[in-house]
Amino acid sequence: MIDLVDVTKSYGKGLPALNHATLHIEKGEFVFVVGTSGSGKSTLIKLLLKELDATSGNITVSGERLNRMRPRRIPKFRRKIGVVFQDFRLLKDRNVYENVAFAQRVIGRPTRVIKSRVPEVLQEVGLADKYKSFPDELSGGEQQRVALARALVNRPDILLADEPTGNLDPRTSDEIMALLDQVNERGTTVLVVTHNKDIVNAMRKRVVTMRNGVIVSDEQEGAYHEA
Amino acid sequence: MRPSTIWYIIKQGFKNIRRNWMFSVASILNMAACIFLVGVFYVIMANVNHNVRLAEGKIPITVFFEIGTTQEEIDWVGEQIRARPDVQTITFVSADEAWDNFSKTMFPENSAAAEIFRDDNPLVNDSNYQITVNNISLQSSLVKYIEGLDHVREVKQSVRAADFLTDFIRMLNIVSLVIIGILLLLSLFLISNTVSIGISVRKEEISIMKYIGATDRFVRAPFVLEGVLLGAVGAAIPLISLYFVYETAIRYIWEYFNVLSGSVEFLSVERVYRVLLPMGILLGVGVGYLSSSFTSRRHVRV
Ligand SMILES: Nc1ncnc2c1ncn2[C@@H]1O[C@H](COP(=O)(O)OP(=O)(O)OP(=O)(O)O)[C@@H](O)[C@H]1O
Ligand SMILES: [Mg+2]
Repeated sequence: MIDLVDVTKSYGKGLPALNHATLHIEKGEFVFVVGTSGSGKSTLIKLLLKELDATSGNITVSGERLNRMRPRRIPKFRRKIGVVFQDFRLLKDRNVYENVAFAQRVIGRPTRVIKSRVPEVLQEVGLADKYKSFPDELSGGEQQRVALARALVNRPDILLADEPTGNLDPRTSDEIMALLDQVNERGTTVLVVTHNKDIVNAMRKRVVTMRNGVIVSDEQEGAYHEA
Repeated sequence: MRPSTIWYIIKQGFKNIRRNWMFSVASILNMAACIFLVGVFYVIMANVNHNVRLAEGKIPITVFFEIGTTQEEIDWVGEQIRARPDVQTITFVSADEAWDNFSKTMFPENSAAAEIFRDDNPLVNDSNYQITVNNISLQSSLVKYIEGLDHVREVKQSVRAADFLTDFIRMLNIVSLVIIGILLLLSLFLISNTVSIGISVRKEEISIMKYIGATDRFVRAPFVLEGVLLGAVGAAIPLISLYFVYETAIRYIWEYFNVLSGSVEFLSVERVYRVLLPMGILLGVGVGYLSSSFTSRRHVRV
C-alpha cells in the first residue's frame, strides 16, 4: 500500500530531512512512526501526500508512482488518502456537519450522497449528537473526532495522522487512538506519527523509529525507543 | 460538474465578496470609474468621428477641363467619376454659374462688375465638376485617378483640410486608447489585489481543500467568479448612469451652445449604446475574469 525505496528529501543545504529511507507497508497494516523532533516524520507524511517531491528514490502509494505523477492527477490521488493533524484544521465558521460535508462537496459528491454519508461517519466517530455545534464549542478530543470524520468520509484507502493526540490529554488521546484502531480494523491502512510513548507501548503495533532522517528501527509489535 | 457543485461554487463566490466587502467595493468603484471614462471617451470619439465624417462630405474636389472640351466629353468624364465607389456626390458647374458664384463672393455689393463681363465671361473655360468623397482618406487616390482621365486639365483639392482631419482623428484615437489602457491596467491590478486578499483570508481553507483532493479548478472557481462579478457590477453602474448622463448632456449643450446647431450633429444614445454596451460589459467581465484567473492560478498552486 505504501512503498518507499531509498528515498531522500533535502530542503536545501545541510542534512537531508529524510535520508535513504526504505519502508514497505502492506494493505491493512497499522504503523506508528516515532522519533525525536526534527527527525523527518512530518516530511515523510508530506511526501506520501505528494505535497513535497522526493529529491531521489521512488515512492508508491496506493498503486501510484508519485515521482512520475502529473500535477493534474494529484487531486484524484489525494482522494484515496485521509489526513488528520495535531491542530485539527477545522473550518471555524462552519458547524460539525458542514465541516465533514465539506470534504464531499469539494470533490463534487452529490447532495444526496452527502446527506446519507455524513451522519453515518459522524456516528462512527461518536459525534452524532453534536452535528450542529461549531468547532469553538467542542473539546479538543471532539474536534479531532470531527477532523477524523472528515478524513474518513470519502472512504480512503489510507489514513495518515501527524501527531493526532499532540494537543490532547491522556484519556482523550486513548479514545482517539482506539478510534484509529477501529478504522484500521475495518480495513483502512493507518500510519500514525506520535510522541505518545505510553500509547505506543500499550498498543503493541508495528513501530518505525526515525532519527535525523534515517529509519533506525522497524519492529512488529514494537515499543517506543528513546532517541 | 453537478448542479450542487456549481451552486456551492456560486455561494462561495458571493461569500468572498461579502467577506472582504471593503476591497470589493473599492474594486467595483474603480472598475466603474474606468468604464465610465471609457464610456465618456467613446461617446466623444464617436461623436467627433461622426461629425468629421459629415464635414468630410463638405470638402469638395474641383475638376477643370482642357480648353475646347465638348459637353459630350465632359459628360463622359462625369460618368467615369461617378463609377467610382468612393464618390459621394458630383455636381456640374457651368462657366456661367462659376462666374456668378465668383462675382458674388468678390463683389457682393457691386453687381456692375458682374454686368461688365456678362457677355465676355472670363471664366469661360472654368466649367467644372464639384465632387465630394465618402471617406476623406481615399481622396488622394481618387484625385490621382481623375488626373489620369482624358480631357481633364486640373484637379484642385483641399489637401490641407483633408490631411488635417485625418491626422486629428488618428491622434484622438491614439490618445484615448492610451488613457483607457492605463485605466484598465489599474482595474486589473485592483481586482487582482482584492482577489488575492480573499485568497489569503481563506488560505487555511484552501490548504484543507487540497489535502482532501479538490482540483485546482474547483478551488479557483469561486475566486474567478468573484472577479467576474466585481467586473460585471463595475461595468453595470457606469453603463446605466452614462445612459442618462448622455441624454442630459446633449440637452444642455443644445440649450447653452445653440450656435452649434446646424454645424454639429449628435449621435442618438441608442446608436452609441449599440457599441458601448457590449464593449463595456465585455471589458468589465473580461478584465475581472483575466485578473482573477491569473491571480488565483498564481496563489492556488498544489
Ligand atoms: N519547509 C522546510 N524548509 C526547510 N527545512 C525544513 C522544512 N520543513 C522541515 N524542515 C527541516 O527538516 C527536518 C525534519 O522536519 P520534520 O518537520 O519532518 O520533523 P518532525 O519529525 O516532524 O519533527 P516534529 O516532531 O517536531 O514535528 C528538520 O530539521 C526541519 O528543520
Ligand atoms: Mg512534525
